[in-house]
Amino acid sequence: MTTPDMHRPELVCPAGTPSALRTAVDAGADAVYCGLQGPTNARNFPGLNFTAQELRQAVAYAHGRGAKVLLAVNSFPPAGRTAEWKEAVDIGVAAGADAIIVADIGVAQYAARTHPGQRLHLSVQAGASSPEAIRFYCRAFDIKRVVLPRILTVKEISDLHSRIPCEIEAFIFGNIGMMAEGRCSLSSYVTGQSTNMDGVCSPAGDVHYSEDADGALVTKLGQFTIDRFARGESAGYPTVCKGRYCTKAKSGYYAFEEPVSLNLTRLLPDLMRAGVTALKIEGRQRSRAYVKAVVAAFRRAVDAYMAGREPGLDNLLALTEGHRETQGAFRSKAWR
Amino acid sequence: MQPAFRHAGSARPYPGAATVPGSSQPGRRYQDLPRRALEPVPLFLLRPLFAAIVAGVAGRHPELFGRLGPEGGKRILIDPVNLPFVLLLRPYRYRPSLTPHRRSEAVPHDARICGTFLTLLELIDGQVDSDALFFSRDLRVDGDTAAVVALRNALDDMEVPLADDIAGHAGPLSRPMRAALGRLRTFRSSHR
Amino acid sequence: MGTADNVADGRAGLTLGPLLFHWPAETRRDFYFRIADEAAVDTVYLGEVVCSKRAPYFEAHVAEVADRLQAGGKRVVYSTLAEVMSRLDLQVAESVAGAGEVFVEANDASALWFLDGRPHAIGPFVNTYNEDTLAFLAGNNATHVTLPPELPKASVAVLGQAARDLGVTLEVQVYGRVPLALSARCYHARAHGRIKDTCRFVCEEDPDGIDLKTLDGRSFLAVNGIQTLSHPCLNLLHELDGLRGMGIAAFRLSPHSGDMVEVARLFRAVLDGAMTPQEATRRLARTGPDLPFADGFYHGAEGYSWSREPEPAL
Repeated sequence: MTTPDMHRPELVCPAGTPSALRTAVDAGADAVYCGLQGPTNARNFPGLNFTAQELRQAVAYAHGRGAKVLLAVNSFPPAGRTAEWKEAVDIGVAAGADAIIVADIGVAQYAARTHPGQRLHLSVQAGASSPEAIRFYCRAFDIKRVVLPRILTVKEISDLHSRIPCEIEAFIFGNIGMMAEGRCSLSSYVTGQSTNMDGVCSPAGDVHYSEDADGALVTKLGQFTIDRFARGESAGYPTVCKGRYCTKAKSGYYAFEEPVSLNLTRLLPDLMRAGVTALKIEGRQRSRAYVKAVVAAFRRAVDAYMAGREPGLDNLLALTEGHRETQGAFRSKAWR
Repeated sequence: MQPAFRHAGSARPYPGAATVPGSSQPGRRYQDLPRRALEPVPLFLLRPLFAAIVAGVAGRHPELFGRLGPEGGKRILIDPVNLPFVLLLRPYRYRPSLTPHRRSEAVPHDARICGTFLTLLELIDGQVDSDALFFSRDLRVDGDTAAVVALRNALDDMEVPLADDIAGHAGPLSRPMRAALGRLRTFRSSHR
Repeated sequence: MGTADNVADGRAGLTLGPLLFHWPAETRRDFYFRIADEAAVDTVYLGEVVCSKRAPYFEAHVAEVADRLQAGGKRVVYSTLAEVMSRLDLQVAESVAGAGEVFVEANDASALWFLDGRPHAIGPFVNTYNEDTLAFLAGNNATHVTLPPELPKASVAVLGQAARDLGVTLEVQVYGRVPLALSARCYHARAHGRIKDTCRFVCEEDPDGIDLKTLDGRSFLAVNGIQTLSHPCLNLLHELDGLRGMGIAAFRLSPHSGDMVEVARLFRAVLDGAMTPQEATRRLARTGPDLPFADGFYHGAEGYSWSREPEPAL
């Protein structure tokens, strides 16, 4: 028995590699998002992402099993280097990607003009967090879906739904971004490698782990100490917005956010009623084992809710960062 | 946004992975297995075996080395802390190599991965979220982290886990490798 | 706008960016009065760009501040909020960007919606990273664009050329802590164990932001409400000539608690060839606040870094 006011949402899953994409499709993803190798997408990490040929094969694999492929071309080309981003859009269109996910205004315009039939999604990197901002992009580039920043409450998403002309995609699981997406220069401040222009955040080449005399693990990004983990304490990757710092008012505290992961399993029915078209799982940089476990768990949960059943909620805690989970901003404004 | 290697998975996928050599955790007997098997073997005998392993992997999975991109030019020292030797991996696209060295040798390298044999086996097994191994601190990385991230991502893309692939083609090492892998997986499934 | 006129007569414009920090209303008013009467700037950006909760404090004196600035020969531009999310944010954004008769600097896409194609400026919080984006914005009636501080010299040069072709004037920040990130969460409140809704405007205690140090005591970042900034102070005195050569028409000073009239005087002197960048930098270091200098982004390096000797200790 389906609850009448619920839309069947699309489950949108991450893939950093071709085999992760096949794993996601096999585990029940309705759509998989991925990026090409290089700086054209926001997960430009060594050993990750697709060649043009791998993308074609991935689209064939997904389409053969009724799943979609969404290509993220969602970083911001610096002036003088736009050709690479345009080529990425062309590659996605030629490969038969079901949508191109864009953030930069120039890239969006190129895609809309050069490939007028191509479906475009507005990346979370565009940072469109109000109805007017979203309407601006929809009007300018015929955007069909917006990926919402992880800063809105379910109530705010519901209000938004009635005021914009496009579909909504919302994050339900994974890394919780502290800084407004697409507007953060912390990585380039510390390493010279930019999240917006190079598609990297806290590049591995600038990460250093060392153990001090007490057996504590010190994590550094470039020249700066990001955190220190006592012996036995589980460690974290040194991302600036997940570190511990000191101010005159407090010392050794998570100044931005604790290392937690977003998990909205319990809010799924609310999101489905709020008019969310697509539920997005973060983690293109995560392993295939992660993709398999998370996609399968959310497939079961969504199917159960659609059938009017309470799902047996899998314990996804083991896959969350720092072994703790949060509903972030989605539950209440107190998070802010 | 973060690259790979974050907190994930249970902090201790199995007790053995978390221990250091000489500790008395329950996983110890599995850890010691490879050392017992390999201690009497002289290094010069192992050399061609590892050469054959890496040549075999390169022949069967050229895409693995292609995926490393520029990071494939880096030298990675693999340090199985409970084995009598270390391994230098040069994952070069055209002539990759894997050579054993005495612990007493100074082996120039760009990055180093340290862990027990079973933890390293876990890394190439592809069954658990490998990020967990890093953040539970079972696996230590120093030097050029990008080289290690690239290797981990490339390994993760393999359809058949590298561990199985090697176990199937490792000549005299196949049997102990399969045995270790079997024990690892049995242990893991009984500790879910 | 004034800066466009400056291009026509070959004189580079000096601007005072919007005050990013939360100063007491009277302090703010007196600051702008002095700027109006004494500072060698052509354009002053007014408006609360960081936190919509602060907006009423700004509005208290905005009319008299604007009058005084105009009487002092300054052009006034109204900057919109950088992050627009809540109903209050939207009201603030609409009140500025939707107000037909003033010239507005848009700092997010919602402001562009409210502006509805009227002539406007684009602020540094809009991602104008490349010539295609610049062309689109120009087509939407942007006449003046301040570039994101993260852009390296090579990209600024390409944009400078494109701007000439499009008839748009460009501005670059040359002084002040560099805005690095925005969040929905107030880190200032968080540092005091509060949340955004119950902040009691604790950010008012820190006229240049609250210093954030690493666990080993190294100065790292500055927090200003929902905004994160660099610890060091941007100083592009040495690059002014190069930037002008690329066609940059206006140079932005971001307000701090030091003597901004003196800061403006030093930049004006270097622009006019009346003082060397070296001498101006020496004097700038004494102008306060007591922060090291940085110019890393411009040189394509780490943003906190400083390309000149002596290396300031962070």
